[in-house]
Amino acid sequence: MTVGGEGAVPDERRGTVVSGVSVRALADLAPGSRATVVEVVPDAAPGTARRLGALGFTPGTVVEVVRRAPLRDPAVYRVRDYEVCLRRAQAACVRTTGVER
Amino acid sequence: MRAHDRGGAVTAGCHEPGGTGAVTTGEARIALVGSPNAGKTSVFNALTGLHAKTGNYPGVTVSRYVGTCRAGGRGHVIEDLPGTYSLEPISPDEQITVDVLDGRLDGTPRPDALLLVVDATTLRRSLTLVAQVLSRSLPTCVVVTFTDELAVRQGYLDIDALSSALGVPVLPVVGHRGLGAPRLREEIAAWRSWPAPVLAPPTDPAELDAWAESVVAFADYRPAERHRATRRLDSVLLHPVWGSIVFFAVMMAFFQTVFTLAAPLQHQVESLFGWLSTLVDRHVTNRWLSGLLGDAVIGGVGGVLVFVPQIMLLFLLLALLEGVGYLSRAAFLMDRVMARAGLEGRAFVALLSSFACAIPGIMATRTLPSAKDRLATMMAAPLMTCSARLPVYVLLVGMLVEPTAGVGPFGAQGLVMFGLYLLGAVSAMAAAWVMKKVTDRGGAPMPFFMEMPPYRLPAPRHVLLAMWSSARAFLRKCSTVIVATSIALWLALNLPLHSPAQLQAAGVDTADSVTVSAYTIDHSYAADFGRLVSPVFDPLGFDWRINVGVLSAQSARETFVATLGQVAAAENPDDPAAALRTMAHQDGPRAGQKVFTAPTVAALLVWFAYALQCMATVAVIRRETGTWKWPGIAFTCLTVTAWLMAYLAHTITAALTGG
Repeated sequence: MTVGGEGAVPDERRGTVVSGVSVRALADLAPGSRATVVEVVPDAAPGTARRLGALGFTPGTVVEVVRRAPLRDPAVYRVRDYEVCLRRAQAACVRTTGVER
Repeated sequence: MRAHDRGGAVTAGCHEPGGTGAVTTGEARIALVGSPNAGKTSVFNALTGLHAKTGNYPGVTVSRYVGTCRAGGRGHVIEDLPGTYSLEPISPDEQITVDVLDGRLDGTPRPDALLLVVDATTLRRSLTLVAQVLSRSLPTCVVVTFTDELAVRQGYLDIDALSSALGVPVLPVVGHRGLGAPRLREEIAAWRSWPAPVLAPPTDPAELDAWAESVVAFADYRPAERHRATRRLDSVLLHPVWGSIVFFAVMMAFFQTVFTLAAPLQHQVESLFGWLSTLVDRHVTNRWLSGLLGDAVIGGVGGVLVFVPQIMLLFLLLALLEGVGYLSRAAFLMDRVMARAGLEGRAFVALLSSFACAIPGIMATRTLPSAKDRLATMMAAPLMTCSARLPVYVLLVGMLVEPTAGVGPFGAQGLVMFGLYLLGAVSAMAAAWVMKKVTDRGGAPMPFFMEMPPYRLPAPRHVLLAMWSSARAFLRKCSTVIVATSIALWLALNLPLHSPAQLQAAGVDTADSVTVSAYTIDHSYAADFGRLVSPVFDPLGFDWRINVGVLSAQSARETFVATLGQVAAAENPDDPAAALRTMAHQDGPRAGQKVFTAPTVAALLVWFAYALQCMATVAVIRRETGTWKWPGIAFTCLTVTAWLMAYLAHTITAALTGG
C-alpha cells in the first residue's frame, strides 16, 4: 500500500539534497505543482526508465502534476503538451527539482 | 487507449489462423507505425476502407491488421503495426512492431516502406519515436494527424519545414474525416521516391533531446494550448467526490441501457424464432427432421441472436465512451481497485463488458498492453455474471426462495440474485489475482502508464463502424460454435432412433408426442451420459436429468432452462419451474425424494456461477491467445472450482436447512 501523498511526511525527510538543490520524486509532488526532471532512475521492472524517457520524462523537461485519482493512485501528469497517467511506483523513478506551485 | 483508433474497445474481423495471408508477390508492403492514440488506425481505415483483414501474429496474442490500398493503379499491402511509444519494446505488441521493422518476424517480410503516424498535438513527445524509426533506414513518409485540433487550440506547425528538418516527405491527414487521404494515396503510389534517411538522428538521450528541440524550432512549432473543455470536464469527472458520483451514474446508465433497453428487442427476436419454429412444426411432417430444424438449428440460431440486441447496444456504448474519451477516465478512477487483483484500470472495461457477455469482455482485453494482464483478465471474464446466466438464475432462485420471503425491506430473491452477481465479481477478481501470482513469478511487473487523450466528439461513422465490426466478429464466432454445439446436443438427446414398433413394444403411446419425446430422451445417448457421470455429480445432489441439463448448457447456459423443461417432459416448456418442483429421483438410494431440494438448487446456482459452460467463450479464448493451452487451463480450473464450490454450497445449505 502506498498511503499518503503530498504533505504526509515533512519535506526534509523526503528530498535528498544534491549540490544544494533539493531533489524530490515526482510521486511526492502535490497536484498543481510543476518541477523540472533531473534524472529518471531505474526500478525493479526492466525498461521502466527508458519507457519513461520515451513518454517524455527526460532531464530538463518540465512536468506538472495535474491530479490524483480519488483513491490517491494513480496520478495524471502533464509533460510535453500531453497528459499521461502513472502509478506511484513509476512516478517515484522520476527525480525532479525546482518545485513550484 | 489504443483501441480508440482501432474503432472501439473491441474490434475484430475474420480470423485466419496463423496470420493473414496478404503476402502477395509484386505488391509493395507498407507498414503503419505510430504511438497509440496517434490516429494510426483512422489513417489505416481511410486508406484500406472496410476490407481490412484481421488475424493474429503467429504464436502471440497480438492482433494483426492488413489491408490493401489502391494507389496509382496498383495495390499496396498496408499493415497496421501495433502502436508503440518507443522501439525499445516492453510488451509483446511492441516487440512485434520492432521485429517486423527489423525483418525478424517469421512469415512477415520486412516492409518496403513505412508510414510513420505522428499526432501534431504531441509532436514534442513523438519525436523520440520518429528518431528511432528513421534510424531503421527504410523509405519513410511521415503522416501528421490532428492538425485540425492543433489549429483550433492555437498551435502551429510548418509541415514543409518539418519535412526539410526530417529529410522525408511529411503529409497532414485528418484521419477520421478522411482529409488529406487522396494526397496520401498519391504519395503512396510514389513510395519508391521516399528517401531512406541516410544520416540517422542521434540515439544518445541528451543529443536526442537537442535534436528534437532543433527540429521543433525549425518547423516553427507552437504547441497547442491546453484543451479548455478537457480541463473543465476533468475537474468534474475526475473530482474525488463528483467524479465518483458521475462514474457510478455512468455505470448505472450503462447497465440500464444494456439490460432494459435491449429487453423488448430481445423479446421480439425470441418471438420471431418462436414463430419460425412453429412454422417448421406445422409444415415439416417428419418428426425427426422438424425437431432437427426447429429445435436444433432454429433454436440454436435464435439462442445466439437473442443476445444480439444487447451485444450491439453494449458495443455501441463502449464505442461511444471510448470515442469521447471517458473509458480512459473510468480506467483512471478504477485503477487502484483493479490493482488489488494485480490488474490495471483498463482491465475494468473488459470485466464491465463481461456482465453482458464474456466474449466482448475477452475481446476488449486487447486494450491491455501487458500480456500477463491480458491473460489474467481473460481468465476472470467468464466468472462475471453474464446475461446468459440470468434465465438460469431466475429459474433456480425461484425454486430456492419464495417470492414473498424478504429480509427487512429487501426481497429475498433479489438479495440472492445480488449475492450471485457479487460472487461472480469477487471470484473474477480472485481468479485474476491467482493468475497474476502464477504468471508474475520471476518477472517484475510491467510499468503502468496510460495516455489521457482530450475529450473529443467521435465521428458517428467511426462509432457505428466500431460497433458493427465488433458485432460482426461476435456473430461470426458465436453462431458457428453455438449452432454446432446445439445440433450436436440435439442429436445426443434424440438418438438412437426408435421405430413406432419399438415404442409400442415399450408401452409408449405413439400418438402422444410428449410421452414419445420423454421416452426418447430417457433412452438417448445424452441420458446414457447423464447416468454415466452421475457418480461425479451425486455429491452435489444432481440426478441424471440435471446432468443432461448441465451438459446441454455447454453450448450456451440459458439452454439449461429449455433442456430441463424437455427432460422433465413439462407440458408447458414456458414454465418448467412448476413441473420441476415436483420432480423426484427415479432410482438410486434417493428414489422417490424430490430432486430440487434447497441444497441441490444452491449447488446448481454455484455450479453455474463458476463453470465455464460456454463453448463460444472457450473458442474466443483460443482465438485471442492463439493456443489451446489457455482455454484448456481455464476450462479445467473453472470446472474443478465449480464442483468444489457447489459441493461446499450443498453441504452448507444442507446444514442450514437440515436437509
